[in-house]
Amino acid sequence: MFESLSEKLQNVFEQLGKHGVLREEDVKQVLREIRLALLEADVNYKVVKEFTSRVREQAVGKEVTQALNPAQQVVKIVHQELVETLGAPGRLSLTGTAPYVLMLVGLQGSGKTTTVAKLALQLRKQGHFPLMVAADTYRPAAIKQLEVLGRQLDIPVYSEHGRELDPPAICVRGVEQANSRGADVVILDTAGRLQIDTQMMQELETIRERTQPVEVLLVADAMTGQEAVSIATGFHEQVGLTGLILTKIDGDARGGAAISMRSVTGVPIKFLGTGEKTNALELFHPERMASRILGMGDVLSLIELAEESFDLEETARMEKRLRKGKFDLEDFLKQLRQVRKMGSIGELLNMVPGMKRALRGVSIDEAQTEKQLKRVEAIILSMTPEERRNPSVLNGSRRLRIAQGSGTEVQEINQLISQYRQMKKMVKNLNKGKMGRGLSLPKFF
Amino acid sequence: MKGIFDSLRKTRNAVFGQIIGILGGGEITAESWEELEALLIQGDVGVHTALLLVERLREAVREEGLYQTADLQRLLRKEIGALFPEQTDPLNLDWPLAVILIVGVNGSGKTTSIAKLALRLKKQGRKVILAAGDTFRAAAIEQLSIWGERVGVPVVQGEPGGDPGAVVYDAIQIAKSRGMDTLIIDTAGRLHTQHNLMEEMKKIRHIVSKRVAWGPHETLLVLDATTGQNGLSQAKHFLAAVDVSGIVLAKLDGSAKGGMVLSISAQLELPIRFVGTGERKEDFAPFDKDAFIQGLLGEE
Ligand SMILES: Nc1nc2c(ncn2[C@@H]2O[C@H](COP(=O)(O)OP(=O)(O)OP(=O)(O)O)[C@@H](O)[C@H]2O)c(=O)[nH]1
Ligand SMILES: Nc1nc2c(ncn2[C@@H]2O[C@H](COP(=O)(O)OP(=O)(O)OP(=O)(O)O)[C@@H](O)[C@H]2O)c(=O)[nH]1
Ligand SMILES: [Mg+2]
Ligand SMILES: [Mg+2]
Repeated sequence: MFESLSEKLQNVFEQLGKHGVLREEDVKQVLREIRLALLEADVNYKVVKEFTSRVREQAVGKEVTQALNPAQQVVKIVHQELVETLGAPGRLSLTGTAPYVLMLVGLQGSGKTTTVAKLALQLRKQGHFPLMVAADTYRPAAIKQLEVLGRQLDIPVYSEHGRELDPPAICVRGVEQANSRGADVVILDTAGRLQIDTQMMQELETIRERTQPVEVLLVADAMTGQEAVSIATGFHEQVGLTGLILTKIDGDARGGAAISMRSVTGVPIKFLGTGEKTNALELFHPERMASRILGMGDVLSLIELAEESFDLEETARMEKRLRKGKFDLEDFLKQLRQVRKMGSIGELLNMVPGMKRALRGVSIDEAQTEKQLKRVEAIILSMTPEERRNPSVLNGSRRLRIAQGSGTEVQEINQLISQYRQMKKMVKNLNKGKMGRGLSLPKFF
Repeated sequence: MKGIFDSLRKTRNAVFGQIIGILGGGEITAESWEELEALLIQGDVGVHTALLLVERLREAVREEGLYQTADLQRLLRKEIGALFPEQTDPLNLDWPLAVILIVGVNGSGKTTSIAKLALRLKKQGRKVILAAGDTFRAAAIEQLSIWGERVGVPVVQGEPGGDPGAVVYDAIQIAKSRGMDTLIIDTAGRLHTQHNLMEEMKKIRHIVSKRVAWGPHETLLVLDATTGQNGLSQAKHFLAAVDVSGIVLAKLDGSAKGGMVLSISAQLELPIRFVGTGERKEDFAPFDKDAFIQGLLGEE
C-alpha cells in the first residue's frame, strides 16, 4: 500500500518534472491520490474533504527542500496533518475524590466488556483497586462474561442476580459498594446499543447523571466504516464522551474511523485494543496511527531519520535500485553502514513496514547484533566487486577464500547469502504491493 | 422484509434526505455527480465501486441522452442491482444431516444470528441442533445455550477452553443419533489475520467434511453492517480458508448502510443470504436486494 501510494505520487511528480516550489497542480494531483487512500482507509467522506482542503492550503507554494523529493514532501505534510488531527494521546484522568467511575459505552459487539477487563487489569498493575460492574442486563450471558473475566483476573465484579434492578440502579449500587470492597476505581460495563436508539441512550444519560463518572469512554471497532462519524457524534451529543478506545486494531483494518471519530468529537483517543487477551491494551500513538491510515508502516519516521543522517543522493539512488528490484551485496553493505549510523537496530527494524510483525517476539541483543554486523561487513569486504554485484557466482571455493580472508566460517557466508536472498525477495514483494485499480477517472476534485 | 425496511427508514439520516432532494428533481449538473459519488461512498460502498458506478451512469446518461436527475435514480438502482445475482439458489440444506458452519470476526453477530437462523429453520419444520464451538471467549457457551433455550433447540456444549473440534465431533454424533436434520456450528470470533485461529477453523471444517458427506453444506460468514472496507478483506480471507458459501449481514438496523456487500457480491460472487435487524430472535430476514438498495439510497 505504501509502495503503491508513494509510487503513484512518484509517478505524478516524474511527469511533472522538477520545480522549486509545490505548484497548485502538483498538489492537486497528489491530493487526489491521498484522498483515495484516505477513503479506502474508511475515513469519513466529509472528514476527508475538509482534511484535503487543509493540506492544500498548507502545501501550495511551499518550497521543496533539498532533502525530500516533492512527493515525499507532500506525504510528509499529509502525515503531519493527520497526526495533528488524531491529536495527542489521552490518559485516564483519575482526579477528584475516589471512587473514580469509568463508564464504557458503545455499539453492540464493539468490545466493551473485554475492554472493561483490560482496563481493570492495567489499573491494578498501576496500584489501583478496581471493581467491575456488570450493567448489561440485556445480552444473554453478558453478566456471566464479566464474572468469568473477573475470576480469571481475580478482580471483583459487582452483579445482581436475584433482584430485578435496572442498569442505572445496578451502577449506583456498584459505586456505593466500592468503599466497602476497598475499591478506588469502578468500571461500568454497559450494554451495547445503537446511537439512534433514543430510549437506550436515555439510559446511559441516567447512569451518567447518577454515577458522575470521571471518564465516559466510547469503545469503537477499528473496522468501522463511514458511520463512525454518526456513531461518535450520537454518543457524544447524548452522553458526553471524555475519550475514545479503538478495539480490534490487531486486524488489517486501516482504521480511518479513528480520524473520523476524533475529528467530530474532539475527544482524545486513549487506548487501542490489540487482541482478545486481557493484557492486549496499548496506548495510542498518533504517528503510528497516521502511517497505518496512509498504509505506510512507519516509513515516515524512516524518511525523517533519513533526512537527518543519510547521504541524500545516495538515498535517492538506493531507492531507485530498490524499486527496480536491483539490490546487490554492495547495496546491502551500504545499507548496513547507513543503518548503523542511524541508531538502534531494533528501533529501525520496527519502522520498516511488515517488519514488526515478522519480528514479533524476537528480542534484539544490540551488542550481539553489532558484532554480527561487523562480521558481515568483513565478509562483504573480502569479496571482489564482481562477487558483490552478482552473488550467484559465489561457488564453494570462492566462499572458502572469502571465509579465510575475513576470518569467518563458510557457514556464516552461507547464512549471509541466504539472508541477502530473503531480503531481496522482501524488497521485491514490497514493490509488488500494487492496488490494481482498474479505473482512471476524469474528474475527482 | 418490512421490519428491515422500517428500521432502515427510521435511521435514514438527514444527509441522505438532502441528497435525494438533489437527485430527485431538475437537471443533471456537475454537482449531481459529486453528490452521487458522496452518497455511495458514505454508504460504505467503497471508493472503487462508487467510482465505477458513477462512471457507468455517466456513460448511460451520455448514450441515452438523459438530462433529468430523476433518471439517475432509476439508473443507479439498476446498476447496483446488477452487482447482485439475478437469482440465488435456496440454502443447500437438502441432506439427511445438513451442517451449517458460522464464521466471522469478533463480535460481528455470529451467536445471535445462529439463534435467529435456528428459529427460522425450526419454523420451517426442520429439526435443528446447535454446537457451541466457541470454547474460547468468556461465557460464549452460556450465551449460546441461553439462546438455545429461548428458541427451543438443543445445544451441544463442551468445556470452556476445550477443543472446539471435539465439540463439533460430539455434536455430529448426537445430531445423528437423535435424528436431527440440521446442525448449526458456532465458532469463536477471529480476525482473518490470525493465522493460527484460521487454521483452527479449517480443522473444524475438516472434521465436518470427514464425518458428514459433502459437509459443511453451508458456511456463512457473518459481517457487521457497520464495517467499512475491511469487510471485503474479511470475506476474501474467510473464503480462502473455509470456502464461505454466503453472507449474513448483521446489525443492519443501525445507521450504517452495509454498502461493502456490493463489492463482496460483485467481486467474490457470494450471495447475501440474510440480514440481522435487531437483537431479538425475530429480527432476521432473507436478504432482499430491492429493500437493501432503497436503504442504501435513503429512499422511502
Ligand atoms: N481481536 C480482538 N478482539 C477483540 C478485541 N476487543 C474485544 N475483542 C473481541 O470482540 C468480541 C466482542 O467483545 P465484547 O467485549 O463482548 O464486546 P461488547 O462490546 O461487550 O459486546 P456487547 O456487550 O454485546 O455489546 C469478543 O469476541 C472479544 O473477544 C481486540 O482488541 N482485538
Ligand atoms: N442491533 C443489532 N445488534 C445485534 C445484531 N446481531 C447481533 N447483535 C448484537 O451484537 C452483539 C454481538 O453479537 P454476538 O452474536 O455475540 O456476536 P459474535 O459474533 O458471536 O461475537 P463473538 O463470539 O464474541 O465473536 C450482541 O450484543 C448482540 O446482541 C443485529 O442484527 N442488530
Ligand atoms: Mg458486553
Ligand atoms: Mg459468539
